[in-house]
Amino acid sequence: MPGPMGKNNGAPAQKPKNFKKTTKKLIKNYLSKYKFAIFVVIIFAIGSTIFNIVGPKILGNATTEIFNGIVGKLSGGTGIDFGKVASILFTLLGFYIVSAIFSLIQGFTMTSVAQKLTYKIRNDIAAKLNKLPMKYFDKKTNGEVLSIITNDIDTLSQNLNQSITEIITAVCTIIGIIIMMLSISVTMTIISFVILPISAIIVKIIVGKSQKYFQRQQEYLGHVNGQVEEIYGGHTIVKAFNGEEAAIENFTKANNELYKSGWKSQFLSGLMHPLMNFIGNVGYVAVSVVGGYLAIQGKITVGNIQSFIQYNKRFTQPITQVAQVSGMLQAMVAAAERVFEFLEEEEEVKDPETSIDTSTIKGNVEFKDVEFGYDEDKIIINDFNAKVKEGQKIAIVGPTGAGKTTMVKLLMRFYDVNSGAILVDGHNIKDFKRADLRKMFGMVLQDTWLFGGTVKDNIRYGRPDATDTEVIEAAKAAHVHHFIKTLPNGYNSVLNEESSNVSAGQKQLLTIARVILANPKILILDEATSSIDTRTEIQIQSAMDNLMKGRTSFIIAHRLSTIKNADLILVMDHGDIVEQGTHEELLAKQGFYADLYNSQFDVEEAG
Amino acid sequence: MISIISIMLPRASVSARRINEVLETEASIKDKEETKKFVEDKKGYVEFKNVSFRYPDADTEILEDIDFTAKPGETTAIIGSTGSGKSTVVNLIPRFYDVTGGELLIDGVNVKDVPQKELRKRIGFVPQKGVLFSGTIESNIKYGDASMSDEQMKKAAEIAQATDFIERKEKQFKSEIAQGGNNVSGGQKQRLSIARALAIDPEIIVFDDSFSALDFKTDSKLREELAKQTKGKTIIIVAQRISTILNADQIIVLNEGKMVGKGTHEELLKNCEEYREIAESQLSKEELEGGAN
Repeated sequence: MPGPMGKNNGAPAQKPKNFKKTTKKLIKNYLSKYKFAIFVVIIFAIGSTIFNIVGPKILGNATTEIFNGIVGKLSGGTGIDFGKVASILFTLLGFYIVSAIFSLIQGFTMTSVAQKLTYKIRNDIAAKLNKLPMKYFDKKTNGEVLSIITNDIDTLSQNLNQSITEIITAVCTIIGIIIMMLSISVTMTIISFVILPISAIIVKIIVGKSQKYFQRQQEYLGHVNGQVEEIYGGHTIVKAFNGEEAAIENFTKANNELYKSGWKSQFLSGLMHPLMNFIGNVGYVAVSVVGGYLAIQGKITVGNIQSFIQYNKRFTQPITQVAQVSGMLQAMVAAAERVFEFLEEEEEVKDPETSIDTSTIKGNVEFKDVEFGYDEDKIIINDFNAKVKEGQKIAIVGPTGAGKTTMVKLLMRFYDVNSGAILVDGHNIKDFKRADLRKMFGMVLQDTWLFGGTVKDNIRYGRPDATDTEVIEAAKAAHVHHFIKTLPNGYNSVLNEESSNVSAGQKQLLTIARVILANPKILILDEATSSIDTRTEIQIQSAMDNLMKGRTSFIIAHRLSTIKNADLILVMDHGDIVEQGTHEELLAKQGFYADLYNSQFDVEEAG
Repeated sequence: MISIISIMLPRASVSARRINEVLETEASIKDKEETKKFVEDKKGYVEFKNVSFRYPDADTEILEDIDFTAKPGETTAIIGSTGSGKSTVVNLIPRFYDVTGGELLIDGVNVKDVPQKELRKRIGFVPQKGVLFSGTIESNIKYGDASMSDEQMKKAAEIAQATDFIERKEKQFKSEIAQGGNNVSGGQKQRLSIARALAIDPEIIVFDDSFSALDFKTDSKLREELAKQTKGKTIIIVAQRISTILNADQIIVLNEGKMVGKGTHEELLKNCEEYREIAESQLSKEELEGGAN
C-alpha cells in the first residue's frame, strides 16, 4: 500500500510482535482448511513461472536463426529460414498462453481461498463481538475495534492473496532465471552476479539513511496535521484571543521541519532509481562485451546473448518483489495478530442453562449488599441496600461524572456486581438469561438510536410481532402519531441512516413509542433534554409520564424539579452512593442533596 | 510511465485547483485602512442597533432587528430555543462576522471602524464547547497574553473554579494538555476556557452557553465568584437553564432570530409568552416564585 508520500520507498512497515506464533496460528486455524487449494496454487504458480521463464531462451533461438540467416545470405547462402522462425515464435506464443492460463487458475484459486478465509474471520469476529463483556469496550475506543474489523481484515485478505502467489512466483523466477543463465554461460552469470552485492550495498545504505528521514517526515507530518486540526477546530478562540500570529509562528516551525526531513527523504529515495539504473547498465555493458567475445569464439550464439540480457534485466524484479512481499507479510501478520488478540479476549460469563420465566415478573427490584468497582481493588459502591416495589419511581442524581450510569449498567448486567446481589422479584439477575433480563427493561437514553428503515419498523424494533394498530397506539401514547402522519409516507416513511430527516425531539419521541410498544416491566430513563426546544420538551415529558405509568422506573435525573415525587432518590458523587431517601428526607438531612438542590436557586449577585 | 502519469496528472490538477480556491478566497473581515481609536472614557458598552444578519448566499435572515444595550456592571442574558440565533448574536460581538444590517457599537465605536486586535483585546470570549490547545494548563490560560504574571493566571483559575482540580494534578499548572484537551473532562475544559477568558482582564465577558457542561453546584459557585470578582464589567450570557440567568439585569428572549422579549425575569414572566414557556418547562411554580425572591 502506498504511504502518504508516494511510493513505499523504505517507509517503515508495521511489525508484528510475535511473527512465528501468529503465522502458526494463521496456518493452523485457518489456512489448513484450504490445504488442497493452496497446493493447487503452488503447483500452478510454479508451472506458470517455468513456462514464462523459458520464453527468452526460445526467443533467443529465433534471434540466432535470423542472425544465421543474415550471415548466410551475406556469404551467399539461402538467407533467413522464415518457416523456422515462425515455428519458434508459435512455440513461444504457446508457452506464454499456457503460462497465462496457469497463472489465471492460480489467481482464481488463491482469491477464493483468501476471500473464504476472511469471510470466516469476519464471521468469527462478529460472533465474538456479541460475547465480549462491556469492560472490553470501555477499555478500547470504537475506533480501535472498528479498525480491527475493517482495516486489519482488509489488509489480511489483500496481502494474503498477493503475498502467497508473489512469493512463490518470485522464488521460482529467481531459481529459474539462475538455471537458465547458467545454462547459457557460467562466465556471464558470474559477471552479472558480481553486480548484485554492489547494488545490494547501495540499497542498504540509502534505505538506512532515508528510513531515518522518513520516520522524521512522518512525525512532523503528524505534527503539522495535528496543528492544523487543532487550530482549525479552535478557530474562534484563536481569533478571539488574538492568537493568529502565535499560531502561524508555530505552524511555520513545524512546517520547516517537515520541509527539511521531507526534502532529505525524498531526495535520498529519488537517488535510488538512477543509481540502480547506472549499476544495472554497467552490468549490461559488461555482459554484452563478454557475450560478444564468447559469441565470436563460437561458445555461445548471438541469440544466447539476447536471452541472457533479458534474464539479467528480469533478475532484479523478483528480488525487489521479495523485499516488498516481506513487508506485506509483516503487515499481514501484524493485522492477523490484532485479529487473533481480539478473538482471544476474555468473554462474558455464560448464561445459565435454565432460565426463569419472565412473563410473570412484576418489577420488584432489590439491591442486597451490593458492592461494585470497575477495578477489583477500587470498590466504588459499598454495601448498597435498597428495596424497590413494582411501579415505584427511583431517581438517580448527582453532579456530572458521578457515575449515575453505573447503576444502570449493573441492572442490565453489562457489569456484574463484585459481591451481593441484585434481585428482580426475588430472583438473582444472574439466574436470568441475559436476553430475557434485558427484555424486562426498556431504555430511553440521551443518545437516541434509530436505524435506517421505516418508522413502523423502528417502533416495532423491541417487539417484531406487534400489529399495526398496536404500533399506532404506541405512537399516540408517545405523542408522535401526529408528526408521523405529516411525513410523506406516514408510518412507512423511510428514515435514513443518521435519521437526519427527523429532529432530535422527534427521534426521542420515536424511541419512547418503541419502548411503550415493547411494554417492559422496568424502565431506565435518561431524561436529559438540553438540546431540545421547549415545546418538544413538554411533549417528551408528557410521553415519559405515559410511559412510566405502572412500571418500575429508574430515572437518571438532570433536572431536580422533575424528581421531587420520586419514591426513592439515590444521590451519587464520585461513583459512590452518598445519600438515599425521599426528597423531603434528603432535604431535612441538609447534606449533599440539599446542597445540590439549593444551588439551583442560588441568587447571582451580578452588578 | 505514461500510464501512471496520465492518472497522476489529473489528480494533481484537481488538488491544485482546490488549493487555489482556498488561497484565492479573500478575507471578508478586514481592518479599514484608517481605523479609529477607542475612546477611553466609555468602557464596556455593547450596543446592538437594529442589527440584522444573514450568512452570505443565504436567503433568510438569521437575526432580525436585534436592539439592546449591555452596560458595564450589568449582566445581560440571552435565552431562546435551539436555532433561535443566540450564539450568532454573541459571535457578532468580537466581529467573527459582520452585521448585514444596523450597527454594532462597542464602547461607542462601530466595530467595523476599529482594528480587530484592539477590539478583541477588550472581549473575553468563552465558547460553547471548551476548546483547549495542546500545551500546558499554563499556556492555555495565558493564551490571550503570554506575558501575563502567574498571579493573574492563578486568580483567573480561582474564579473559574479550576484551582481545585489543577492542584490535584502532579505538575499543577505545568500539567500537559493533549491535543484538543482530550485528557481533561468536559467540565474541566470548560472551566479552563473560562479562566482563559478572565485572565486577559477584559471589559466585556461573553459566555456562549458555557455553563451547561457544569453541574449545578459548580455552576452556582462559579457564578457567585464571578459576580464578586467581575464587578463593573459587562457580562453577556447565552444560557439554556433559566436558573443561570434568573437574576440578570436584562434578559433578551430570542425566537427564530427575532427579539420577542426584553426585561427582567419578573417582567418577562408577566408579558412574554415564550419566556414563560421556557421557565415553566424547567421549574415548578413554587420554584419560579421562590427563585425570584
